[in-house]
Amino acid sequence: MNTLFDKIWDKHVVQTVEGGPTQLYIDRLYCHEVTTPQAFDTLRDKGIKVFRPDHIFAMPDHNTPSDQQEVINDPIGRKQVETLKKNCEEFGITHFTMGTKDNGIIHVVGPEKGLSLPGMTIVCGDSHTSTHGAVGALAMGIGTSEVAEVLASQTILQSKPKSMRINIEGELQPGVTAKDVALYIMAQMTTSGATGYVVEYAGSVIRNMSMEGRLTLSNLSIEMGSRAGIIAPDETTFAYLKGREYAPKGEAWDKAVEEWKKLKSDDNAVFDKEVTYNAADIAPRITYGTNPGAGIAIDGNIPTLESIPEAEKAGFLSQLEYMQFKPGEKLEGHPVDYVFLGACTNGRIEDFRAFASVVKGKKKADNVVAWLVPGSWLVRKQIIEEGIDKTLEEAGFELRLPSCSSCLAMNPDKVPAGKLSISTSNRNFVGRQGPGARTVLCSPLVAAASAITGVITDPRKL
Amino acid sequence: MKAKFNIIQSTCIPIEIDNCNTDLIIPARYLASTTRDPKFFGDAFMHDLRYDANDKPVADFVLNQPDFCEAPREGVHEIIIGGQNWGSGSSREHAAWAIAGYGVRVVISSSFADIHRNNLLNCFVLPVIVSKEFQTELFATVKANPKAEVKVDVPNQTVTNLTTGKSEKFDINAYKKYCLMNALDDIDFLLENKDKIEAWEQKNA
Repeated sequence: MNTLFDKIWDKHVVQTVEGGPTQLYIDRLYCHEVTTPQAFDTLRDKGIKVFRPDHIFAMPDHNTPSDQQEVINDPIGRKQVETLKKNCEEFGITHFTMGTKDNGIIHVVGPEKGLSLPGMTIVCGDSHTSTHGAVGALAMGIGTSEVAEVLASQTILQSKPKSMRINIEGELQPGVTAKDVALYIMAQMTTSGATGYVVEYAGSVIRNMSMEGRLTLSNLSIEMGSRAGIIAPDETTFAYLKGREYAPKGEAWDKAVEEWKKLKSDDNAVFDKEVTYNAADIAPRITYGTNPGAGIAIDGNIPTLESIPEAEKAGFLSQLEYMQFKPGEKLEGHPVDYVFLGACTNGRIEDFRAFASVVKGKKKADNVVAWLVPGSWLVRKQIIEEGIDKTLEEAGFELRLPSCSSCLAMNPDKVPAGKLSISTSNRNFVGRQGPGARTVLCSPLVAAASAITGVITDPRKL
Repeated sequence: MKAKFNIIQSTCIPIEIDNCNTDLIIPARYLASTTRDPKFFGDAFMHDLRYDANDKPVADFVLNQPDFCEAPREGVHEIIIGGQNWGSGSSREHAAWAIAGYGVRVVISSSFADIHRNNLLNCFVLPVIVSKEFQTELFATVKANPKAEVKVDVPNQTVTNLTTGKSEKFDINAYKKYCLMNALDDIDFLLENKDKIEAWEQKNA
């Protein structure tokens, strides 16, 4: 009768506080430089040590530049990155230093190193921690006070969210990726449609989806308010994890897989909410507004003002004013200034393969500045081993160094005010890619097609 | 900064923005800090709506309007009325620090994003969830009279629009309520329960 979420949650209950939350054991805490300095200070204030340092892995990613990694020129960002390293040394936590082969964006590195495994509870002071749910883990973003709690006790206090299953049935059309599926779900659900829930993704589209695609989908769970986005582990998961640096080996691996195979919702499990979408309804997607739910099919039009409910009209118009778009406008063919491939959403090997498949034998448009930023040093290595960098170079693109880069304006990759960026990242919020920057979210295929033509382009038509 | 909660009666700041995400509450460039200084974060609260590109105050933004620009103190502007889906997006606790650092003790909305709601509670700012009708009426009340007061009674878990007399019960779990009323952190509770944590580890080894 239990959902996959129930099974993982129940196993990790340390105690239920009377009249209150559950104390939940955390198998893995990830730390980055932005949301942890004050948490370590809390431990120092109280004069306590980290309770289980071997459960914790840390790496800087947000402030990391993508053009060179010798030095961070911004003194405040540099201090934050240095502080993380010092804190890890002081408290005995494994730290993947900027510019070394182990480093990258936490949500790319965790799964690819086999640090995120099925059945685990995983937290990090970062909302996109939902990414790790793709391996069949319960992975949640938390705040800095909660980071301190986990450092001190390897547990957190949480009220149990409700459960929702989202089924995607059928077969995706050519040119439609996991990113498009996520943007489609968000547009249906709105950015708060899954608030208070843990979502499990299921259905034939998910079963047939690659691990990279699943990581993209789980990554975007938070954009509809969901606490986490879980996918039941299967042969695709096991094949992805086998042989990874920190994954179990030999007999331990076989034993682990036997256990992981039990991690699925029971046939008669009841969800608080269940919705089903048809893959045939999903086209390549783009966003037009300043929240990720404000999206349309790439060949569609922005909604007309008449079609918007009265109470939402002012908000709708203020989004379009910021984006410099008009109600009812078609965005296909609209000029593009910047193209960004990367982030914890689309910075994996499959995303670079997809981008390269579109630009191969073509040339980047002169008016476009393109930032192609691998999610980790491991991804970058694989790009080079597969010769993808050569394809990109011949088409006029340059491969940069692993970083969160232009996903958020915390490093030099800022989109200037007023410029239009077509981006594979996860948020099109006001000022997200730089003060005044206008962001259109899309898949790596749409980004690639648009980089070639210099205008928003449907990859199916290129 | 940690004050015990009981009854708060105050004028309000209406921030009528739906889906007001934490990037708006505090832009990313203020996250590259290692400080815990409340003033640093309070000054950055809603920064890019409060100030233009040249750092000049934006006159028509609510926090700069004559009726609402006074810094919060006891009985004045201790309560924010926010739009629905308040605090969506990034998990940055800096957003809660900005609200607390500005001097606000209560945020009232018809819905909050989950992570931000937890962060507010952990920063001793009380998120109060009301019905859409209550929220709409409250915005109208404050628009008509910026001096209108709201009473938030934590022991009885009620929120009252003192102008219209409309009152609603709000939800908070008994544990967290006790923490707020006694200025206690979760971390202290967890540290007192080390034996239970170790027992869990032994069972699941």
